[in-house]
Amino acid sequence: MEFSEHIKTANVDDVVLKQPFHAPMKGTLCVTGHHLLFSDRSGDSSWQLLLLLRNIDAIEKSVENLLGYSSTGSNIRPVGSSGTITIKCKDLCILQLDIPGMEECLNVARSIEALSSLDNVTEMYPYFYRPSWLSLDDQWGLSTLEKHYDQLGALQVKWRLSNANSDFSVCPSYPPAVIVPQSVDDQMLVKAARFRQGGRFPVLSYYHQKNGMVILRSSQPLTGANRKRCKEDELFLQAVMDGSERAYIIDTRSAQQAQQARMTGGGFESKSCYNSWKRLHRHMERGKVLQESLIKLVEACGDQSHSMDRWLSKLENSKWLSHVHSALSTAGLVAECVERDGHSVLVHGSEGTDTTLLVCTLAQLILDPESRTLKGFLSLLEREWVQAGHPFQLRCAHSAYSHTRLRQEAPVFLLLLDCVWQLGRQFPLALELGEPLLLRLAREAYASDFGTFLCNNEQERCVLEVKDRTHCLFQFLLRSSEREHYVNPLYEPTDLAIWPSVQPQSLHLWTGLFLRWSDHTQTMEEVREEIWSIVTQHCGRG
Amino acid sequence: MEHIITPKVEHVKLLDRYATKKSATGTIYLTATHLIYVETSNNTRQETWILHHHISSLEKLPLTTSGCPLVIRCKTFHQLHLLLPRERECQDVYQSLLRLSQPVKLDELYAFLYNPKQNEEERREGWTTVDLATDFRRMGLPNDHWETTELNKDYKMCSTYPLMLAVPKGASQATILGSAKFRSRGRLPALSYFHKDSKATICRCSQPLSGFSARCLEDEQMLEAIRQANPNSPFMYVVDTRPKLNAMANRAAGKGYENEDNYSNIRFNFQGIENIHVMRNSLQKLLEVCAMKSPSMSDYLTGLENSGWLRHIKAVLDAGVFLAKAVSDEKASVLVHCSDGWDRTAQVCSVAGILLDPYYRTIKGFMVLIEKEWISMGHKFTQRCGHLDGDPKEVSPVFTQFIECVWQLTEQFPCVFEFNERFLINIHDNIYGCQYGNFIGNCEKERREIRLQERTFSLWPFLLEQEKQYRNPLYKRKTGTLRPNTLPLHFKFWCGMYNHYEKGMHPKQSVLDQLLSYTQKKADGEKKYVGSTEAISGC
Repeated sequence: MEFSEHIKTANVDDVVLKQPFHAPMKGTLCVTGHHLLFSDRSGDSSWQLLLLLRNIDAIEKSVENLLGYSSTGSNIRPVGSSGTITIKCKDLCILQLDIPGMEECLNVARSIEALSSLDNVTEMYPYFYRPSWLSLDDQWGLSTLEKHYDQLGALQVKWRLSNANSDFSVCPSYPPAVIVPQSVDDQMLVKAARFRQGGRFPVLSYYHQKNGMVILRSSQPLTGANRKRCKEDELFLQAVMDGSERAYIIDTRSAQQAQQARMTGGGFESKSCYNSWKRLHRHMERGKVLQESLIKLVEACGDQSHSMDRWLSKLENSKWLSHVHSALSTAGLVAECVERDGHSVLVHGSEGTDTTLLVCTLAQLILDPESRTLKGFLSLLEREWVQAGHPFQLRCAHSAYSHTRLRQEAPVFLLLLDCVWQLGRQFPLALELGEPLLLRLAREAYASDFGTFLCNNEQERCVLEVKDRTHCLFQFLLRSSEREHYVNPLYEPTDLAIWPSVQPQSLHLWTGLFLRWSDHTQTMEEVREEIWSIVTQHCGRG
Repeated sequence: MEHIITPKVEHVKLLDRYATKKSATGTIYLTATHLIYVETSNNTRQETWILHHHISSLEKLPLTTSGCPLVIRCKTFHQLHLLLPRERECQDVYQSLLRLSQPVKLDELYAFLYNPKQNEEERREGWTTVDLATDFRRMGLPNDHWETTELNKDYKMCSTYPLMLAVPKGASQATILGSAKFRSRGRLPALSYFHKDSKATICRCSQPLSGFSARCLEDEQMLEAIRQANPNSPFMYVVDTRPKLNAMANRAAGKGYENEDNYSNIRFNFQGIENIHVMRNSLQKLLEVCAMKSPSMSDYLTGLENSGWLRHIKAVLDAGVFLAKAVSDEKASVLVHCSDGWDRTAQVCSVAGILLDPYYRTIKGFMVLIEKEWISMGHKFTQRCGHLDGDPKEVSPVFTQFIECVWQLTEQFPCVFEFNERFLINIHDNIYGCQYGNFIGNCEKERREIRLQERTFSLWPFLLEQEKQYRNPLYKRKTGTLRPNTLPLHFKFWCGMYNHYEKGMHPKQSVLDQLLSYTQKKADGEKKYVGSTEAISGC
């Protein structure tokens, strides 16, 4: 296999490993095509550490020659050398390896650098992960849009399933099937798609059973500088209205940004052309700004300074909590339009693959009790992120430590998980999924044994046969053996909407994630165990 | 009652901070002890009771078309924005409340009126709930090195100390009396905590009257006696909790700090906790942040930083951690003081007690700790809490900071405290409420003089009666010293305290209630199973 050409030194003895929660250990380090293995000296087959190379975000190396004087006195020659590799992982863990021998150290570092940045998808570990307890014949994915459509009986009167995108020709980043109004035929849909960036025409995201209102999502219309119009797009949205007087467009850009987008061919729905749609702008950060926010926050959390002012100012300066705030309040606004005002909502920003999905997902969690179950939540992620074409491969290529030049990385998915955690904190009984699930997903999105978060959209997954050649994370998490780690022991379903408070006092630093590798984690595990034991003793659940 | 001009005003609006449209309409009643607001707008009859003693400030805003606004701010961080229909009534209510919230004499405090329908026997019984002699015995006193002394009989040696003091056996009467003379207000070094495992102790006092060069042989002997009372360490720490600059400034007034050259085997350090005036201003700024109308995240975080509040909380906790580490890890005794030794010293000693001794993390033990380090050792509750109309510069949230330090610890160690957040907040409310006698008076002498125990009731038995609701369902007794992480990111803003009455900000479902309901049902089930006799003897 071609991995071997990257591995100059496969085994090194007498390496000292320092990692959180453990005393330093001496043992053997081994570099393989996908992993860094470390076993302590006495261990026969029990690995102390099995680190997916894909999980490595950055490495820092330092070597030193220990110069010694030979017995003759005048000649200086190296009698020993050593090196240290600091490994910073995408899951925010930091490890340190002290390696005897400068040569070995540099070889190992070079291998790690090369192997952890391979971006050929089919060479990634999910294509090689073959545990005995999983079979490639197992069902891949929790559901499809067809099944989802079948389950929503009440919706079928006015909405239909379209297979116009079955060959991904209408919109490369959409799944083969989407839900659109009955009165919009495929021909119209194809034309409307041409008027939207990346072909992302409006599709149904959520159907609110209580009042029949919907949340749609799309990308920005390509009105451009000349204020182009598209009859089909207008009719499409007209069809969504279905006789009601008003509906809302929530644009996740500021009004100014939306204006500016016209210069590069994008734009927004003008009042004159879409007169029953009321457009509201709610600015949300995306892309590089978001990535830099994460980097700053993680840096602040690693700061060992005892100055309170410095910490609070760094926390403020990172703006991460401001992003949490705007995501939750925009989602709250969408949910309010649907539930309280009884209007349908179209959500979009520019590309419709990031903040759009974030807002739609959070609004559903607020409104829909089904999406708050463990299975419902994973299905929601599958539908609204994986199938809806959030470009995981691009966004999660690097995390907070990477020194490489940023390309299209952005922690939008991490921000979603943080917002879900905030919801769970404010409604500790309402979500069936517990914090451990969110932490697991935060890790899996960046480096995984499973194929779920590979690629950027369904088309790519199809071409690379992801569903045939890798295992599905969501299916795995729902197995009874795994499930219990991830459910909230206090879960009590409620049919009501869960309206989050977005007061700054109500939003908190997600210590579970950002202090994942500190003592805090052990305390939280202790609390979780204690809660489980109380719940189990009380009602025999467990 | 003579201060109440208009006892009842109808059609009063209670404004909602966030949604002015959602304001309620109701009636206010003034009683001798409370302002009561009864909401009448909906069919629900909702009552808000405000104890006059809880009112910290009243503000009459300019008349508007919809009425005459009156803002009431409370020491419990409750804020009411009322809108009275007529100027005249508003003025009456304002005037009455102004007078009622600032009693002139101790006798006017609620505790002297309050009668919970208990007889004399029960009242006396109640005051014995917390007994400091018992705690001395629990710590292991008297022993080879420590004993209690009666030198403070009639409060002659130190008027702000209690009668019962523990001192090293090795210190002669002359040493003790001499040392007292060399300490500000006679607050000589006395035992705060004896750590059984290490034999190391925490002692507390006030600053020495050292000026630039004064010495006192007896004081030097006193410190040496304290050090020698601990066979496990060749030295002892002397901790001045003040910032160095403040301590140096005190030398000009003939006070100051210990010169390491004059005392043998001491290690001296400063902890940098600011004085009561800085703390008062800091809280003021924090409350301004809390009261901001829909601030952005940046406004809020910047405001939090600028208030300095969490920096001060961290300083207190850091000092407590220093003490606990010295005693349990280095087995070295510590002598702590600030200026007078009744504010910062009380904070630091009680935080150290919590860290060192699991007993003080229980419901009963926490009461003992407050009684020991605060009430008995002369924290000036009357002045610091502003119970009476007096010098506003004496008011400071010193005790509030202690309560918050404990809360920060409960956040970091959710399973080691027997009590929950409600317990802390309830105690805090009672400190200011003056419904019970515990927190009235500035020192033991003063309390004896006003015959407090004969005329008021103790809070503790009432809290113990409702113990169930103050329990932490996650509690598991854990021995050993707590080692909190005091990096800044482990400190949180305590929304449950400072925004306690902003219900919208808090989690909409309570894990605590849920778990309490589980454990309660379980306990009830077990009780039925075991039978009632068992349950009584088990208490």
